[in-house]
Amino acid sequence: MSDPAPTRTEGLAEEARAAAERAARASYGRLLAFLVARTRDVTAAEDALAEAFRIALETWPQRGVPERPEAWLLTAARRRLGHDWRHRGVAAAAAGTLALIADERQEAEMAEIPDDRLKLLFACAHPVIEAGVRTPLMLQTVLGVDAARVAASFLVSPAAMAQRLVRAKAKLREGGIPFDVPGRDELAPRLEAVLSAIYAAFGTGWDDGVNPAAGVAAAGLADEVIFLGRLVVALLLAEPEARGLVALMLHCEARRAARRNAAGAYVPLSDQDPADWSASLIQEAEAQLNLAANAGRPGRFQLEAAIQSLHAGRAAGRAVDPAMLAALYGGLVHFSPTIGAQVGRAVAHGDAFGPVKGLALLDALAEAADGYQPYWAARANLLAAAGQGADAAAAYAQAAGLTDDAAVRAFLLARRARLAS
Amino acid sequence: MQYMLIFRESEAQFGERNDPAKAPAYWGAWMAYIGALNEAGVVVTGNGLEPPHTAATVRVRDGARHVQDGPYAEAKEQLGGYFVIEVPGLDEAIAWAARSPSASYASAEVRPVLPPPQR
Repeated sequence: MSDPAPTRTEGLAEEARAAAERAARASYGRLLAFLVARTRDVTAAEDALAEAFRIALETWPQRGVPERPEAWLLTAARRRLGHDWRHRGVAAAAAGTLALIADERQEAEMAEIPDDRLKLLFACAHPVIEAGVRTPLMLQTVLGVDAARVAASFLVSPAAMAQRLVRAKAKLREGGIPFDVPGRDELAPRLEAVLSAIYAAFGTGWDDGVNPAAGVAAAGLADEVIFLGRLVVALLLAEPEARGLVALMLHCEARRAARRNAAGAYVPLSDQDPADWSASLIQEAEAQLNLAANAGRPGRFQLEAAIQSLHAGRAAGRAVDPAMLAALYGGLVHFSPTIGAQVGRAVAHGDAFGPVKGLALLDALAEAADGYQPYWAARANLLAAAGQGADAAAAYAQAAGLTDDAAVRAFLLARRARLAS
Repeated sequence: MQYMLIFRESEAQFGERNDPAKAPAYWGAWMAYIGALNEAGVVVTGNGLEPPHTAATVRVRDGARHVQDGPYAEAKEQLGGYFVIEVPGLDEAIAWAARSPSASYASAEVRPVLPPPQR
């Protein structure tokens, strides 16, 4: 009666939980996309899938993990959806239910669940969906990232984020958003929106997890976002920009550990020791970029990746050629004249042709870049290089005041202090 | 919209204010932040506050007055200062709160200012 030995049931429960977690991680987006493709109702599909995972955790420990966990989860979720509709007597949903039941009959023959994730990505980044919520919507639907974590990544209140997601899902359900991969005519602009949203997600994970003291809890979304990028590449093989984006993210990821020293202090790219970069990630990035370049259709992400590739050359003993860097930034601004690209170009021109040239480019941005932290950091460095100490000090303080990263703040204030001495 | 940014600090941060080794970094970070706020033109009002041990807390119950030395409650983080800012919405207010040194070391709370009662 009081036998404290771990029971067989506990072992099975552990195994079942691990299996459910594996299935969730590997196939959440796939299962959700499949359900949404047939019902358009993201919220109902999420609820049904959550219920399916709950039932799995309850029954798998007793009956063992099914042979095909994904198919099992899908069946459970579909039954749940069908039940809800019958319960609510929603006539409009009848067609969706029928489609689901028809699919279920074919399940025996269905060797693999069709992958509708690409359709879901395009739907999430549809022009009808507000630009600011596209990335959160992707993270939640395709990756299953919970709303609180998405909100934190974007530095908004969880309640506000939840509200925005609810509104976006209503648009997916009601609005005439096509649930398919756009045809050739439409593909380029729509793909740009998908890739931009993925890159935005990568950006939110940028400073997460770089501080070893913060531990696993702070680990960012970068891994998951790179997974998304790889998924787009896998499903849209011929698109060089998708490869360009993956190459860009891999190059940045390769330097994650090098961005902080052992004491947790910020280390700028030019001061990083290439020995601290991940050689395997750089290699993979270069391979992707080469494949992209073979297509002969350059674009924003390929140029951004090429810029990072040039920096990565240091790992192979090649110094960064400032004129080449300036030329690549010129190309980037041509494809994508964002404020970030223009600040980058100013810095590159400053390195290549002297700080006065860089400052002239920054001056032209002053109004648009007012509260943009990288603008002030770039301005401070260029002013310092131009020997304008007092203005540089003010710009360093402004850059420090606009960052939310304590390590970057300390770095900028130290630079300012060095000016004075 | 007006929001109050409420900055909390730990005992360690309050200590840094007068520690010769740490005060320059402490005040440097705050002055940079306050400078950026002013530069953005969003500040309605704001102040730093003396440390919690200088506080007095007053209660009047059934005619009896109680005055206690120290803050309202003992806690790891205590009020260190505040700003009221005028920004378009909560997102912008949270972005400003995140830039404060308090957000990195303790916490920064964002509260919408109650509009004056309508008559």
